Amino acid sequence: MANRVAIVAVSQNAGAESKDNFYDQAYRVVKDALDKAGMSREEIHTVVSASSDIFHGGISCANAYYWESSAAFLKPGSRQDGESLFALAYAAMRIMTGKHDTALVVGLCKGSENPENDTCTHMFTDPFYQREVGLNETVAAALQMRLYMERFGVTHEQCARVAVKNLGNALRNPYAHKKGIYTIEEVLDSKRVIDPLTAMQIAPKSEGIIALVLASENKAKKLTDKPVWLKGYSSSLDTFNFGDRDLLNGQLKNAASRAYKMAGITNPRKEVDLAEITEPYAFQELLWCEDLGFCERGDGGKFIDSGATQREGALPVNASGGVLANNPYVSRGLQRAVEAFLQIRGEAGEHQVGKKVRTALAHGTHGFAGQCHAVAILGI
Amino acid sequence: MAKEFRTLLTEIKLPYELAYGATWTKFFEGMKEKKIYGTKCSRCGRILVPARTFCPRCFVDTDEWVEVSPQGTVLTWSYANYRYFGMPMDPPFISALIKLDGSDVGFLHIVAGFDLDDFEVVRQTVKTGMRVKAVWEDERKGHIMDIRHFEPL
Repeated sequence: MANRVAIVAVSQNAGAESKDNFYDQAYRVVKDALDKAGMSREEIHTVVSASSDIFHGGISCANAYYWESSAAFLKPGSRQDGESLFALAYAAMRIMTGKHDTALVVGLCKGSENPENDTCTHMFTDPFYQREVGLNETVAAALQMRLYMERFGVTHEQCARVAVKNLGNALRNPYAHKKGIYTIEEVLDSKRVIDPLTAMQIAPKSEGIIALVLASENKAKKLTDKPVWLKGYSSSLDTFNFGDRDLLNGQLKNAASRAYKMAGITNPRKEVDLAEITEPYAFQELLWCEDLGFCERGDGGKFIDSGATQREGALPVNASGGVLANNPYVSRGLQRAVEAFLQIRGEAGEHQVGKKVRTALAHGTHGFAGQCHAVAILGI
Repeated sequence: MAKEFRTLLTEIKLPYELAYGATWTKFFEGMKEKKIYGTKCSRCGRILVPARTFCPRCFVDTDEWVEVSPQGTVLTWSYANYRYFGMPMDPPFISALIKLDGSDVGFLHIVAGFDLDDFEVVRQTVKTGMRVKAVWEDERKGHIMDIRHFEPL
């Protein structure tokens, strides 16, 4: 890409409930990111926040909570709703105009304060046709999962293995909310919340304030000797009406192929070293791996069985524990970018993968059964 | 759980009045008469249910009203047995995407009419590909729940 943009510093907080209020918590994370970048508030030129104000916050004026906490006071900033990775692209574009040298991206979600995930996602439905018949994100996922399993012969065990892997990986991630060593049987025997999904295959409700400092090429080289470049990005958004969509042929393929093209990637299986994927429901990691071109259509189950996506596998997926371990609903896509950044820099601590990560993929999804997808390619 | 610092319990309750517009009004008036209306897109040929003013794929006006069958085929289903604040009906319930005969998209509704409390019964009864038909409420208000549920044929 011309006018290259780098991520130079990141910060995040832990997913479990914090005693801090939203306002102070956002400040601490943003302050930490600026400290890591060695920057003052004045050196940040523009700010883009990713938030969902009423449903995931309980207040309609988000500025009240986190505009000043986001170092954005008096700056030419903007707020973005929906998939939080959009905010990364938006901030990068502001730098690419040449008018800004630095940008701060802040994802804001204090899940512990919010109603249950589905109380919120139920409100995402239209009240004429879909809300009264009970649609929400989990119902939609369960409908998609049955279709996926029946169409391709993917097994319950293969879906459950995603939860076993990710909750196990999360043991090494101090920020993860849910973690532990479980068996496939334990995952399948957890409460049948909404068949075919069991409780342990559904992401929790977590906290996640995320801050990333972005800089232009010249500025980035002054700020750090380890810039992580945004090499490609795209998104794609499917139609709203749930029954109109082909749930097994969604928009991630489009988003990914456009991002790969921008990044010059022709063979993602070989050229992507690690992926952080948004999988609020376990089986979705398998389906998204197919859409991302990591394996053939219908082979997501075999792909996880092969061990390739394990932390020490050929293509680690969600070495952090992913969204099953940590689900700050609004900022979970940006958290994937933070994790990709840390792995590329070799700064992921105990969950750092063994292989060298030169190129990493961050994926976010918003809406039901993957209505909207965004893919960012980061690299050195 | 006792907390080290205080928390504030708060709630937002706001009334909205949303317009149906011409197309959706006609659809819901049809429901009162036990009719399920779709509209046809002349460009892609799909019959969209519920009725739409325009085809979101082709981005042209739909130009023909079509009454579709109250019978159809289950494309996929799920069995919800949990609760959350704001849930519109008591669990357990079965959500299903149903392809109504004479239409080209899935219609989201619920499947019932048998013992839902026993999941084994449900698993024996409900299958992808099964045929179902709409069961209408006696008193219909022009609402999506004028169809009480779909039941196995």
